[in-house]
Amino acid sequence: MSSRILVTIVIDAENLTKNFGNLTAVEDLTLHVDEGEVFGFLGPNGAGKTTTVRMLCCLISKTSGSAKVGGYEIGNKEDSLKIRKIIGLVPDNVGLSEHLTAYDNLDFYGKIYDCTDAERKENIRRFLDMLGLWDKRNVLAGTLSKGMKQKLAIARALIHDPDVLFMDEPTANLDPESATTVREFILELKKEKKTIFLNTHNLDEAQRICDKIAILNTKLVVMGTPDYLEQAVKGRKTVITLEQTSDKILNALSKLSLKNLEHKNHTLSFDVADPESQNWKVVEAIVLAGGHVTTVDVVGSTLEDVYLKLVRESE
Amino acid sequence: MRLSKAWLIARRDFKVFRRQKNIWYSIIIFPIIISVLFPTIIEFAGRSGRGLLSAANLPNLLDSFSFFIVIGAAYIPLGIASYSIVGEKIEKSLEPLLATPLTDGEILLGKAIAAMLPTLAAMYAGAAVFMVGIDAVTFGKLGYYYFPNWTFGVLLLVLVPVAVVMSVLYSIIVSSRVNDARSANSYGILIFLPFMAIYFASEIRIISLDITGFLIIAGILSAIDIALYFVSTAAFQREEILTKWK
Repeated sequence: MSSRILVTIVIDAENLTKNFGNLTAVEDLTLHVDEGEVFGFLGPNGAGKTTTVRMLCCLISKTSGSAKVGGYEIGNKEDSLKIRKIIGLVPDNVGLSEHLTAYDNLDFYGKIYDCTDAERKENIRRFLDMLGLWDKRNVLAGTLSKGMKQKLAIARALIHDPDVLFMDEPTANLDPESATTVREFILELKKEKKTIFLNTHNLDEAQRICDKIAILNTKLVVMGTPDYLEQAVKGRKTVITLEQTSDKILNALSKLSLKNLEHKNHTLSFDVADPESQNWKVVEAIVLAGGHVTTVDVVGSTLEDVYLKLVRESE
Repeated sequence: MRLSKAWLIARRDFKVFRRQKNIWYSIIIFPIIISVLFPTIIEFAGRSGRGLLSAANLPNLLDSFSFFIVIGAAYIPLGIASYSIVGEKIEKSLEPLLATPLTDGEILLGKAIAAMLPTLAAMYAGAAVFMVGIDAVTFGKLGYYYFPNWTFGVLLLVLVPVAVVMSVLYSIIVSSRVNDARSANSYGILIFLPFMAIYFASEIRIISLDITGFLIIAGILSAIDIALYFVSTAAFQREEILTKWK
């Protein structure tokens, strides 16, 4: 069923902009997402994440710029239909037909995508099984729990085995167990080389499952791997706990020109750009000055720190 | 425009309607009223012995009664089309549907078919019972079966479909502007006005409800249908639905 994508870059946007009247929702967004990548799209409420997804899914028009999904141009009428064939969308509201059973919801979408009877049966069974919903197949969608509805919406988006999956806050409002199931399912899809564009507020989720992350606040703030983003903001601190501090130790450290060195009780902390190459020198200086090191920790500059810092700077 | 895709939408809506009692009621009540009430009125009025229903008066009265089938055809789609679209708004199920390779026109046509077919089926079934009932209670007085006749044929095959289309298109426009089926029905009631105006105009002999009169009325309603088609297709577009619909 799946249409093969021959390009490596599956989503490629250049200066993509969307205005609603005088309001600019997305401005000059340039990003690319490679095949098989889980791409995390972060940003505060109203940053333009959903608008971006809607433009890329050809649900709304762009104001300017360009973007290709699977090699097809958004905004081109014929290509728009082709894009919608190779994508699946899990919107922020599940949008199920509540008076239809779980099975009928999926069967209806399978027919829309021209899946054969055999393909529909196979995919419905496969995805409902994977998401633990097969036993609920004959239950009306409206009576399912929130977590089950979310899983059913994911199954619906996958019923035609799309190459690209857009997910808008798929774990929002889910209990931890359901959220974990969804995250694990996303990682399963990644193994199948599906490209996943994940809108999320959940920084921990993004850090755990995304290969690349972009932070949007109307404009693109930053884009890179989770590790790259953490290092991009030089906010990491080394925290060293000693049995006892002394003037001799502090004098020895002052000669190392450590940034923002702080001393409180028996704990020393300082900013560090590259802990692996710098910390051993500090520990050596402490030991030579007669100190006894209890613990050495590198803290700070989590993705959350990066996110908050960059979003505030962009405002 | 692929009819098979529009038919998929319609079939899905039929499945949803099967579980909606209020839609069932709105489909069957009007045909039952028409097919049972009018023959009953004639039967009891005939028995009163006051000469209200002479053989000379009956044809005019029966043609007036027939026109209620057109009014019913305009009434029934209001509930179905309003629920079909407002229901999707409430369930927020339009966005995933719009993200599929269906065109706006296919979705709109599917919704229209889902509202039109049950209406036509119900009204035609009601009309059949109405004809049989009326014939049964008027044969003794007229000496012949009044129905079927050409006037009633034009009413059923021309005027009823035109009225159904008008009601469906109007409901789509109203549904795009409101958030619940009750509001949609409240605004939808306005669709009665032109039909009631026609009925009263016929009662005071401004319009005659014969074949010529029906064809003229159908022509005017068709022109309104065309205007409503353009307004409804403009309202039922992806971007419009996702960004401007309430």
